[in-house]
Amino acid sequence: MPVWLELTIRIAGVVVAFLTLPLIVGQAEHKVMAHMQGRLGPMYAGAFHGWAQLIADGVKFVQKESVTPAAADAPVFKLAPFVALLPYLVVLLVIPLGPGGLVGQPLDIGLFLVLAVVGLGVVSVLMASWASANKYSLLGGLRAAAQLLGYELPFVLAAASVAMAAGTLSLTGIVEAWRPWWLLWQLPALVVFFVAGLAEIRRPPFDMPIADSELVFGYLTEYTGLRFAFFLLAEYVGIVVIAALTTVLFLGGWKGPFGLDTELGWLWTLIKIFAVSFVVIWLRVAYPRLREDQLQRLCWLGLVPLALLQLVLTAGVKIAMT
Amino acid sequence: MSDVPGVGLAKGLAVTLKTMTRRSHTHQYPDVEPDLPPRSRGVIALFDENCTSCMLCARECPDWCIYIDSHKEEVVLPGAARPRQRPVLDRFAIDFSLCMYCGICIEACPFDALYWSPEFEYAEYDIRELLHEKETLREWMWTVPAPPAHDPNGEPAKEQAAAARQT
Repeated sequence: MPVWLELTIRIAGVVVAFLTLPLIVGQAEHKVMAHMQGRLGPMYAGAFHGWAQLIADGVKFVQKESVTPAAADAPVFKLAPFVALLPYLVVLLVIPLGPGGLVGQPLDIGLFLVLAVVGLGVVSVLMASWASANKYSLLGGLRAAAQLLGYELPFVLAAASVAMAAGTLSLTGIVEAWRPWWLLWQLPALVVFFVAGLAEIRRPPFDMPIADSELVFGYLTEYTGLRFAFFLLAEYVGIVVIAALTTVLFLGGWKGPFGLDTELGWLWTLIKIFAVSFVVIWLRVAYPRLREDQLQRLCWLGLVPLALLQLVLTAGVKIAMT
Repeated sequence: MSDVPGVGLAKGLAVTLKTMTRRSHTHQYPDVEPDLPPRSRGVIALFDENCTSCMLCARECPDWCIYIDSHKEEVVLPGAARPRQRPVLDRFAIDFSLCMYCGICIEACPFDALYWSPEFEYAEYDIRELLHEKETLREWMWTVPAPPAHDPNGEPAKEQAAAARQT
């Protein structure tokens, strides 16, 4: 197959995943959250239990006016949604779906790229909040900056632990090296990575930057119309990305029972991604928001020591194995 | 208090999961009629055959939302000493934009001319349409349900107690 055709198919596949998976997760959030609260969720859009609710929302946002506040820093304000959205597209390029090269681009330093690019989330939040010329947005943005900077550390340390265990930074390589007993060996890193990942995408219970009952909508207050829709899409793409990273790094990616990894690997990956997304939604419904001091305490006094302990454990077991 | 840290977190997750597995009790209103309890108060109906325009309801209404106009007519009965008078209701209107649905008018009426009806879907675009005249109020009478059965464990009605005493 000529190179340009293969590249086009791979990129098209990633873009399709980028556009559809977040919508599925978003619709699941509507329905799952509703049933967990004893109600029904969207029922009208699309006539069968409201499956088209998010499409209807997309159309609604497109026909709304995108207002830029007069005092806002216009170029930065307008660029922030894209800076929030595009890093996740780049991350999706290196997440392996199945064995045998079923991935956008099999990068040898895939994990390194992912961690670096996910850090751009901080920039988008600060851009949005500071350019909004609104003190509530600024408060939300500064809280977000403190949160995201803090939680980058356990995020990276936990990912480093599994990279050390696999001996490679390539995500495909990590999945190939994964064994089921790693679930126990890397359990602290799994917990740290998942919690830090939740904080990185500012999901409840770590949604203090948005805090929609306290800060109006935090750094998103001044956004309307399509720009706001892009931020919301970025939130759901973030959930998909964190779920995908957790799956690929800690839950064995495409590995599944019955030994049908080459044929059904992509199915196991998707099932695991949706399972982790379900847990993300479940945590949103069940837990109240963490206050900023509680959040920072959890990060620096809880997750970072746990991640460092896990690193020591990983190194110890690795040396003992050779 | 929980001893093991994290027990509360786990219980929270368990509760939400259990609620998710139960069927939700949401009634999707416009497609499904709500099941209203007996003696639900929706709109006030006028049985104008019983009304003697005594004006007690208009007087007792805290909001002054009942408007009554009436006049007396003479009825000549053959063999009677003088003509009798009988009240004729010209206008009986309730302004539902003022009404606070307290039901004092219905309790005050001595002639059982006012009734509660559970109909509630009479919202209007123009507030002047909420002034229901005699004809509309008579139409609401068709929606008044039969009175619900007496509570078997409740006190017997005064009429029953009086009848029991007489026998």
